[in-house]
Amino acid sequence: MAEQTELGLAALKAAALTTIEQAQDLAALDAARVRYLGKNGELTALLKQLGTLPAAERPAAGQQINLAKAAVQAAIDARKAMLEAASLTARLAAERIDVSLPGRGREMGGLHPVTRALRRIEHLFAQAGFAVVEGPEVEDTYHNFEALNIPEHHPARAMHDTFYFDTQRLLRTHTSPVQIRVMETQKPPLKIIAPGRVYRCDSDLTHTPMFHQVEGLLVDEAVTFADLKGVLHDFLRSFFERDLALRFRPSYFPFTEPSAEVDIQCVICSGSGCRVCKQTGWLEVLGCGMVYPEVFRKVGIDPDRHLGYAFGMGVERLAMLRYGIDDIRLNFDNDLRYLRQFR
Amino acid sequence: MRFSEAWLREWVSPPVDTRQLADQLSMAGLEVDAVEPAAPAFDGVRIGWVTSVEAHPDAAKLRICRVDLGEDEPLQIICGAANVAAGMKVPVATIGAVLPGDFKIKRAKLRGVASHGMICSAKELGLAESSDGILALPADAPVGEDIRAWMALDDQCLEVDLTPDRGDCLSVSGLAREVAAINGMTLMPSAIHPVVPLRETQIPVRVLAPAACPRYACRIIRNIDSSAVTPWWITERLRRSGLRPISPVVDVTNYVMLELGQPMHGFDLATLDGEIQVRQAVAGESLRLLNGETLTLRDDTLVIADRHRPVALAGIMGGAETGVGDATRDVLLESAFFSPQAISGQARSYGLHTDSSHRFERGVDPLLQERAIERATHLLFTIVGGEPGPVVMVETEADMPRRRQQLLRRARIAQILGVVMPDDRVTEILQRLGMMVSPHQEGWLVTAPSSRFDLVEEVDLIADLGRIHGYERIPVARNRSVSVTRVAAEAHFDLDRARLALVSRGFQEVITYSFISPDLQERVDPEQEVLRLANPLSAELSVMRTSLWPGLLQTARYNQARQLERVRIFESGLRFRLGAEGLTQTPGLGGLIVGPPDPEQWGLPRRAADFYDLKADVEALLVLTGAPERFSVHPDAHPALHPGQAARIECAGEPVGWLGMLHPSLAASLDLIGNAYLFELDLDAMSLGVLPKFSPISRFPSIRRDIAITVDEAVSYEAIASSIRAVETELLRDLVLFDVYTGQNIESGQKSLALGLILQARSQTLTDSVIDETVGRILDRLAVDFGATLRK
Repeated sequence: MAEQTELGLAALKAAALTTIEQAQDLAALDAARVRYLGKNGELTALLKQLGTLPAAERPAAGQQINLAKAAVQAAIDARKAMLEAASLTARLAAERIDVSLPGRGREMGGLHPVTRALRRIEHLFAQAGFAVVEGPEVEDTYHNFEALNIPEHHPARAMHDTFYFDTQRLLRTHTSPVQIRVMETQKPPLKIIAPGRVYRCDSDLTHTPMFHQVEGLLVDEAVTFADLKGVLHDFLRSFFERDLALRFRPSYFPFTEPSAEVDIQCVICSGSGCRVCKQTGWLEVLGCGMVYPEVFRKVGIDPDRHLGYAFGMGVERLAMLRYGIDDIRLNFDNDLRYLRQFR
Repeated sequence: MRFSEAWLREWVSPPVDTRQLADQLSMAGLEVDAVEPAAPAFDGVRIGWVTSVEAHPDAAKLRICRVDLGEDEPLQIICGAANVAAGMKVPVATIGAVLPGDFKIKRAKLRGVASHGMICSAKELGLAESSDGILALPADAPVGEDIRAWMALDDQCLEVDLTPDRGDCLSVSGLAREVAAINGMTLMPSAIHPVVPLRETQIPVRVLAPAACPRYACRIIRNIDSSAVTPWWITERLRRSGLRPISPVVDVTNYVMLELGQPMHGFDLATLDGEIQVRQAVAGESLRLLNGETLTLRDDTLVIADRHRPVALAGIMGGAETGVGDATRDVLLESAFFSPQAISGQARSYGLHTDSSHRFERGVDPLLQERAIERATHLLFTIVGGEPGPVVMVETEADMPRRRQQLLRRARIAQILGVVMPDDRVTEILQRLGMMVSPHQEGWLVTAPSSRFDLVEEVDLIADLGRIHGYERIPVARNRSVSVTRVAAEAHFDLDRARLALVSRGFQEVITYSFISPDLQERVDPEQEVLRLANPLSAELSVMRTSLWPGLLQTARYNQARQLERVRIFESGLRFRLGAEGLTQTPGLGGLIVGPPDPEQWGLPRRAADFYDLKADVEALLVLTGAPERFSVHPDAHPALHPGQAARIECAGEPVGWLGMLHPSLAASLDLIGNAYLFELDLDAMSLGVLPKFSPISRFPSIRRDIAITVDEAVSYEAIASSIRAVETELLRDLVLFDVYTGQNIESGQKSLALGLILQARSQTLTDSVIDETVGRILDRLAVDFGATLRK
């Protein structure tokens, strides 16, 4: 009996191992497991028959069966691992894609180059502690001219090519009136920049009737022209990310004294002379000066106690130099093929 | 102001070359715009004396000239000019000469007669735009000498673009003072020879507007030689300054204006009736000017008049009937000081701009008149002779510009410029600029020269010190900077963030003009009153926009016309609206989409954008306010929008914007292809955002129950959603609309909505009975409010 059993066990184990070896997928393997090791499996059945053996044979027979079971289980595990690995490999192979196909969905839009330059200007001055303020674009003549020491019939006023609505209202010709509005409503110390649209009645190859300026104003008790040079040096070199040569050239604005126009070494030719800088090696990029005492008096600030500096720059000019744009009018044609170059 | 370098160097000649001189001027605030040679390059042109002129045997227009160049044999030269005559001194381009334009002179035969050179016109030498015949040189021109050397043509013309405060530099003498100060040199005094009157002849002068004309000087010169011509050196200097020669009297007054800065005028005395008046015009008076224009005058205009009519627009231009002409025998020279206030704006108001008005508007030295009239008389006397009378001068002392002493504080110089300047440097600069300087315990007392109208305050003197000392010598300071940063409230709707959100959603920012065509404005926003420009550049740019849409629509059309079918654009900026409380200028943010929402691609079906695409973009912006739930969207009518696809956006019940499809008839009239969708938000109304407030996250699982209801098609989703939210405020975490269906199995006029209710409690896991009860309550409420039925 024992021998018989032993023989049967060996055959059964061999059959089980063959079945397992031949299982081609996890379902077949599982069927094999049920067939041999399941509750009613064939090896399980042998264990159940142990009771029919003489007591003395039981331990050895039991051990034999358990060994066979373990061997079958090990074979199943091994086969399972193999089948799983093969399945994963097949899946991975089947799921190969062309990663060079373009991504799906929306594409990025972009900011206008003027906004792009403006954000950079605002950011640089914010780092230096300047707050951004805004003012109206339809201005009155007082804030646009008189308060800035430009009386009626002053030659400087004629140079402004102003758009008027009536005798009192106009489109601001510069962002300087924002200085006045800030000084009328806030007490020094003041440290602001005022970005925005400005308008001049002028339209040709190099002028558009609307453009953007950033005005800056600092009012405190001790401020000098040297400080003004410092802030503009730092700004221009940061904006262009180059150690540009700068020069402050005396000029005239009715609302500042001393006044200067600031030239930078040409960013196109690095100062050797080109079409953009008209062979001079220099580019005029902004105007600045110390706030004129009469301007302070008009807003009720005591010019003996407070000093200040102001500056103003054309954003289009800076953006064009920065990005190599050669025609200011492109900025307002809004051709998407142009705008998309500055995303 | 254009001037000859050689002329300037007669006054002051620093040891610098032309380029350096130009840089010095620019860096002193007198910007040199251009440096041009006084004459183009040429050589081999010498002064010749025409000894004989004979007719050419075979050509009616050609003459055979013999020209003496101071050599053994005179040259035979063929000349075609009508004015060539024996005895003339002329410029001769000899064989081998090179004229402007690289024109080489060679031996030639003209109709069989040999010509050994060419007699030149002013044009051929580049000395005039056009010429009538050959250039006649003065009789004393030295025969044989090189003309370049003799006329000093190796000179440069400098063009200075003066700022309007520097009227004092509108003359060679004014510029020379600056150059002297820059170089620490002394100005060579100009010799002015007062002319001794030869006759007691004068005209009565009545100044009836002394405030406008504090000083009026004039002088009669009788019996001038009307055949005299202006000497070449005067016309040549005028030419190098950009002026054309006209007649001796006009040329001399122009010369003195350029030299000293005093505009002058010459009248033909015979045409004046009795006296000179300086008075305001009578409104309606008419005056024919030297340029041929006839003006009807306003009463705010200052004129020079005789007994019965205006004869000149004071400080601007003389009258045609009283000007100096070929037949003039007796001249009245005028040299006046008109106040800048009286002249400013006058020329422009009549559409004029003259060398004279340019100077008077900026300020002419009020102490210059006698000097200028003496200088002019002297020059004129040497040309046309005549018998000068005495200078008549009417001065109203009380109306003369005040010259006051200005205290210049030593400490203030450093306070303004940020550099300490030695005392002797200060006084040196000021004195070289013509100021009178006397010491004071705090610094100096300074009196500016009468020519400087720009030195009003102490700081103006300091600016001059900085300018002449050199801005480049002022240090770059970085040590002192107050910080008064004012940061915007965090909850404030951030336009910059909104822009970036739109960019991420595929929008391109545009910037369009704030003024637009009234026609487009009328079509987009017909009910809004508009602000119109009084002086627009064109009708197309004549009214201020009340909405951002016209600019966006134009941009869409512009790009569609350039084969770009997909347009997603936005703009931010002010809108200008007239209303009961006057003009409002409010910032807005607007956008437009037309064409497919995404670029053409392999992974997405192609479709046109619709209302809900743009609505998602708007909703994304509303999220940035921190409280999107405060906003709602209501169907409403807008003249520019499709009546069935237009919505007003509200925030807490207040209108803040619009969203919708462009009205098809407007789209057609704008030639827009496809359906365009537009939005516009009022940034002021949106600005008060809400700061995020933390609420704890429930640790218990959420349960989702889906329901499908059938309601009347007219019932809005917004109404259903708010009804559901009103029923269940406690457990409803989220509400998902995952299908909207009409068609088969749904009665006509009805629609089916499939909703996912996501329920969650804060403190427990929800039981089936609570969930069933909650869903039941919601369905009951929808049945009551909208007659909604549960779809099986």
